[in-house]
Amino acid sequence: MITLVRRPTPSQFWSYATPLLAVIATMIAGGILFAILGKHPVEAIRVIFWDPLFGGNASYFRGQLLVKAGPLILIACGLAVGFRAGIWNIGAEGQYIMGALFSAWLALKMYPAESHWLFPAMIVLGALGGFLWAMIPAVLKVLFGTSEILVSLMLVYVAENLLAYMAFGPLKNPEGFGFPGSRNLQDYPSAFNHELIEGTGMHWGVVAALIAVIFTYGLMHRHITGFRIRVAGEAPRAARFAGVIPARLVMLGLGMGGAFAGLAGMFEVSGPSGQITDSFNVGYGFTAIIVAFLGRLHPIGILLAGLLMALTYIGGDMAQLMLGLPSAAIQVFQGMLLFFLLAFDVLTNFRIRFGRVAA
Amino acid sequence: MTELLKIDGLTKAYPGVVANDGVGFSVRPGEVHALLGENGAGKSTLVKMIYGLVKPDSGTMHFAGQSFAPADPRAARAAGVAMVFQHFSLFEALNVAENVALGMENPPPMRQLAKRIREISTAYGLPLDPARLVGDLSAGERQRVEIVRCLLQDPKLLIMDEPTSVLTPQEVEILFHTLRKLSAEGTAILYISHKLEEIRTLCEGATILRAGKVVASCNPREKTARELAELMVGAELKVTDRAERKLGDVVLKVSGLSLAPLSQFGPSLKDLSLELRAGEVLGIGGVAGNGQEELLATLSGERPSALGTVSLMGEDISGLGPNPRRAKGLLAAPEERLGHAAVPAMSLTENAILTGTMRKPLTRNGFVDQGAAKTFADEIIQAFDVRTPGSHVAARALSGGNLQKYVIGREVLQNPAVLVVNQPTWGVDAAAAASIRQALLDLAAKGAAVIAISQDLDELMEISDRFSALNEGRLSASRPTQGLTIEEIGMMLGGAHGMQEAAV
Repeated sequence: MITLVRRPTPSQFWSYATPLLAVIATMIAGGILFAILGKHPVEAIRVIFWDPLFGGNASYFRGQLLVKAGPLILIACGLAVGFRAGIWNIGAEGQYIMGALFSAWLALKMYPAESHWLFPAMIVLGALGGFLWAMIPAVLKVLFGTSEILVSLMLVYVAENLLAYMAFGPLKNPEGFGFPGSRNLQDYPSAFNHELIEGTGMHWGVVAALIAVIFTYGLMHRHITGFRIRVAGEAPRAARFAGVIPARLVMLGLGMGGAFAGLAGMFEVSGPSGQITDSFNVGYGFTAIIVAFLGRLHPIGILLAGLLMALTYIGGDMAQLMLGLPSAAIQVFQGMLLFFLLAFDVLTNFRIRFGRVAA
Repeated sequence: MTELLKIDGLTKAYPGVVANDGVGFSVRPGEVHALLGENGAGKSTLVKMIYGLVKPDSGTMHFAGQSFAPADPRAARAAGVAMVFQHFSLFEALNVAENVALGMENPPPMRQLAKRIREISTAYGLPLDPARLVGDLSAGERQRVEIVRCLLQDPKLLIMDEPTSVLTPQEVEILFHTLRKLSAEGTAILYISHKLEEIRTLCEGATILRAGKVVASCNPREKTARELAELMVGAELKVTDRAERKLGDVVLKVSGLSLAPLSQFGPSLKDLSLELRAGEVLGIGGVAGNGQEELLATLSGERPSALGTVSLMGEDISGLGPNPRRAKGLLAAPEERLGHAAVPAMSLTENAILTGTMRKPLTRNGFVDQGAAKTFADEIIQAFDVRTPGSHVAARALSGGNLQKYVIGREVLQNPAVLVVNQPTWGVDAAAAASIRQALLDLAAKGAAVIAISQDLDELMEISDRFSALNEGRLSASRPTQGLTIEEIGMMLGGAHGMQEAAV
């Protein structure tokens, strides 16, 4: 018989070891999944985890790594703040879209005027777009006690429809020969979020992600506000006793997640993506939830987890291309990672005892 | 007479602690036998083994002449052992009969069960209406439901765990009548308590446990309460030093304070008024669940009340939250240590930050000064003799008594003008309880005002200058504790809450 015995103090060792264990377990279970699909498991894992870094065309893929990891890390940092407080913002994908729409709208309105102020203004508007979209579930929760999980999630689909409408309607490229999608901001120097160092994938969004990591670390682990946020997530009654005002906490938790997701959307639309199309969003907002938990809601962890997830994205694409794996299999693979992480989490607070232990 | 229950060499060890070490005692049919000991002495583990909840590592039990090793509570009940727990397991939204039926193996049809409940409860002087919702019952009446549930099984041995902690003195009288009647009919009762006077009036035999071992067996009527206490603690008891205190100006004034209930069956506060002077200890007594938690929450600022209802040193603070109140000198220590007064998974240092940032320089420009926080935590640990490997330990790793000392110490060391505490010594061993009471008295001697909310009337008599009763959300006018009798207090606490003993 296996029994779980509660640890008096959470284990430091296991809080670092469980993410690694989860990655290993995902490789094993994923390998089995790929084998069932008729692919060679070791080769599939190698294509996903090894080839993008050290394979034949690695120099191209290494650049892609930062491009993909940037938005994931940025969004996950914001989400982690809310998650720590027990506020479950599942709608970062929608906030990401709104950030992109707000900033692209400004750029397309200004086109073709050149100005040094345009890019900073787009950054502000991107953050604002995500923030306002996140305020909808926040205000509804404060006023009516609605579930922020449901409202924020459903607003993703509203945002997606808005995105499609904008891509086919108001923001459509007037010189686009009827094709859906806006002008490409990559051809608009004032608005273009260009690569800072050629070939590295390093753009302003990646810089923003690094700043977000440092900022979130300072807020959550050095500042009294972060301390109160963590208390609220651990013990809501103790938080009220410590003077936390629940309504403000909801606003802050959702607001920061929204603003960071909006920023990520802005950097994406003005850089790697370049234009508003109906297929602009690729699920960064959802994957960032996994990144946040894989990184133990800790900014440094999120940094590493973001890079890892980006790797599975790129590796997953390669596996689709080279081995013909269905994209659903890759998503299942990424989902497994979160699943195993949450499952192994039990080791942080409990120790496992084999054999009979009386109650 | 032969023994009903005989226990020999019962041992049970948990990782790091031997809860019961070779415990042996016996109970005759019809005997009311007390099990005495401090918290952590091993009383609960012992009765859990008798009731089949915990398996002993070694040792034997005999029940009614036969070897007895219940695999689970069902087996224990089948043999004739029943138990009334300290914490009730009742559903508030169901009625009495439904609650009783839920605890039975094969409940009879509801109408028949209701009739049985009425018969049994009346026969034993505990009248109960089977159709009433449990949510509407007082704590004493809820306990009756638990007792009647046991009596329906016709037990040979009834175990009662701290049954009087939720009762007023008058309700205790009624319960004792019932227990004596049961005993006269031959039912043995194993009575767990740390209230010594009660044990001296009710019990014929007593087994005293300390640190998992039987340290004495005696007839409690032949010992004084003090002798029993010293057997329990294993040392001479210190008497709290209640030095002469000088009363200053009124520091806290509450007038016409009302508060809506938190939950459906929760109490509301109704038109509360009180005045508190510097250097004074006001004791507020009453059975838990009559508004104690709500009173603390509204004074601490967690649930601010209407404007003009609470003023501190002449300034209206009714609308302020906990931190502004702390800044002005009003501190509080809630009853629930884990999850309210302290965050279970956080370290003691972090828990010092929880309430300490307003009056101690634990932050700089909003950033936490870890060094200062650790120094403050270590200061509390030192001053209040908190037994812990260090301030890095999570709050939940501490024993209840140690954490309570830490939580009270954290507030006391911030030099409050007014300190409100709820159940300051609940679940705390006698030595720790004495040191907490002394700390509160010392604080008052230095000129602070203290409100002590407690169910423990002896405690309130010991430390407070004035006494008020909180009953069903109403606060009685306060009276000086000197010369107050236990009957008078009982009447202030609402007497028997309208409960009556049936004429038998």
